[in-house]
Amino acid sequence: MHSSAVESKTLIALNNVSFSYGSVRVLKDITFFIRKGDFLAIIGPNGAGKTTLIKIILGLLKPSHGEVLILGKRVETFSDWKKIGYVSQKATHVDPLFPVSVRDVVAMGLLSNKKFPNLTKREKVLSIERALKQVGMENFKNWRIGRLSGGQQQRIFIARAIVNQPQILFLDEPTTGVDAETQDHFYDMLDTLNSSERITIVLITHDIGIVNKHVTQVACLNQQLVYHGTHAEFCHSDAFKAMLAGGHHLVSHRH
Amino acid sequence: MEAFLNYGFLQRALFAGIFVAVACALLGVFLILRRDAMIGHGLAHITFAGVALGLLLNVIPLAMALGIAVLAALGIMKLKEKAGLHGDTAIAIFSSTGFALGIILATLAGSFSVDLFGYLFGDILTIQESEVWLSIGLAAVVVFTVVLYYRKFMYMTFDLESAKASGIKVGYLDVILTVLTAVTIVLGMKVVGILMVSALVVIPAAAGLQLASNFKQAIILSSIIAVISVLLGLLFAFYLDLPASGTIVILSFLFFCFCFLLKRGKKFF
Repeated sequence: MHSSAVESKTLIALNNVSFSYGSVRVLKDITFFIRKGDFLAIIGPNGAGKTTLIKIILGLLKPSHGEVLILGKRVETFSDWKKIGYVSQKATHVDPLFPVSVRDVVAMGLLSNKKFPNLTKREKVLSIERALKQVGMENFKNWRIGRLSGGQQQRIFIARAIVNQPQILFLDEPTTGVDAETQDHFYDMLDTLNSSERITIVLITHDIGIVNKHVTQVACLNQQLVYHGTHAEFCHSDAFKAMLAGGHHLVSHRH
Repeated sequence: MEAFLNYGFLQRALFAGIFVAVACALLGVFLILRRDAMIGHGLAHITFAGVALGLLLNVIPLAMALGIAVLAALGIMKLKEKAGLHGDTAIAIFSSTGFALGIILATLAGSFSVDLFGYLFGDILTIQESEVWLSIGLAAVVVFTVVLYYRKFMYMTFDLESAKASGIKVGYLDVILTVLTAVTIVLGMKVVGILMVSALVVIPAAAGLQLASNFKQAIILSSIIAVISVLLGLLFAFYLDLPASGTIVILSFLFFCFCFLLKRGKKFF
């Protein structure tokens, strides 16, 4: 493929990114890119730097070396955050006493839209309803978030992340503590967002079964980028064999 | 009641009390949900040093307390951020140091004066006209700022990391919220005193949160409970010859108990 064509499809690019917490090096010389339409899984053992990498991409942490480009702009100057959706690992730790409705939680996502102050009430309502429908939670809009199950809350956080119709959605271990059946529905929903809505998805997971069933690209991280390529190639790679050999961090998905 | 409203000092107390009560309740909801409820208690202790310094230097104590409280609030914020301390540790360090400084300054001033005791235990009935306007002005700034940034404050209170990731200037808003908290504590100090001001911030908000089903309701209910506590507190204090500050705090506690039992009752039935 022509290089300019590749560039035009590149949403996120990392060039020689390194990061340390004090004297502890967490990431070393990470160079890779995320292209439009990818369903990418970032895998690796605990402490491999997966969450740190996503936080660097989102500008929540500053790399000690290297640069991050989002839609062609350096992350430090990037401001069009409505094009990026994020569901953090902590998102499921909802204070059950927090007096906020599902509708209010999804509306929070609209704040990353620079046009928010100029959006009409009808536009806001329609955006919220569309996002809730996309995650199958349209009948819960008036519920207090603390009354929902972990799996349902996770769907609401996805709705908040996609309410601005972003180009790319980051999810950090989104199904931790969610039962197997709910997980299946959840990943089917992500498949639909990726294939029908054309939302690029970047997922941190420990679950090799999810990788095998759903994703198209795999980035294997262990402070350095051990592997990055298609899922099909990954299954025949040394990185995959090493993962299975030391696979106590990887959980088989039950189907 | 007519006699009650005929006294100029009571009118001033009512005006200032109502505005300060609303500001305290508004901020209180955010502080409780951020698990920062004790910051009110800590800052109040620090303002003691400001008041003592004001009395020593013959500068308006309220203004001096305001400056000290804002600096201390920002200091607590930075200490939490940079030194990696838990919030309550940073608050404990600042509040005890502030109170110690206050004792030294008060001793240097000659003795613990009547004025100082007024600030410690609250003396809303002696509030001056200039202080009424200052209280109303500052409380209006607090209410206006909270209304202006309502959704962003709510987002960062609910999920700080996601709020940051969505491009919201969380650091800047955190400073605003911290400064507002310091201002509110100083305002509340005049109503119920340094030793009880955190009650005015925390108790009405905690009561409102018992019954509210959404954030807006929590803020409105908390404000109503705070205003009624101040109004009834002043009324009872006047007719029963009780200290206004203690009466206001006890009434807000009774409201909290009522809301708490109502919520439990709702669940039971």
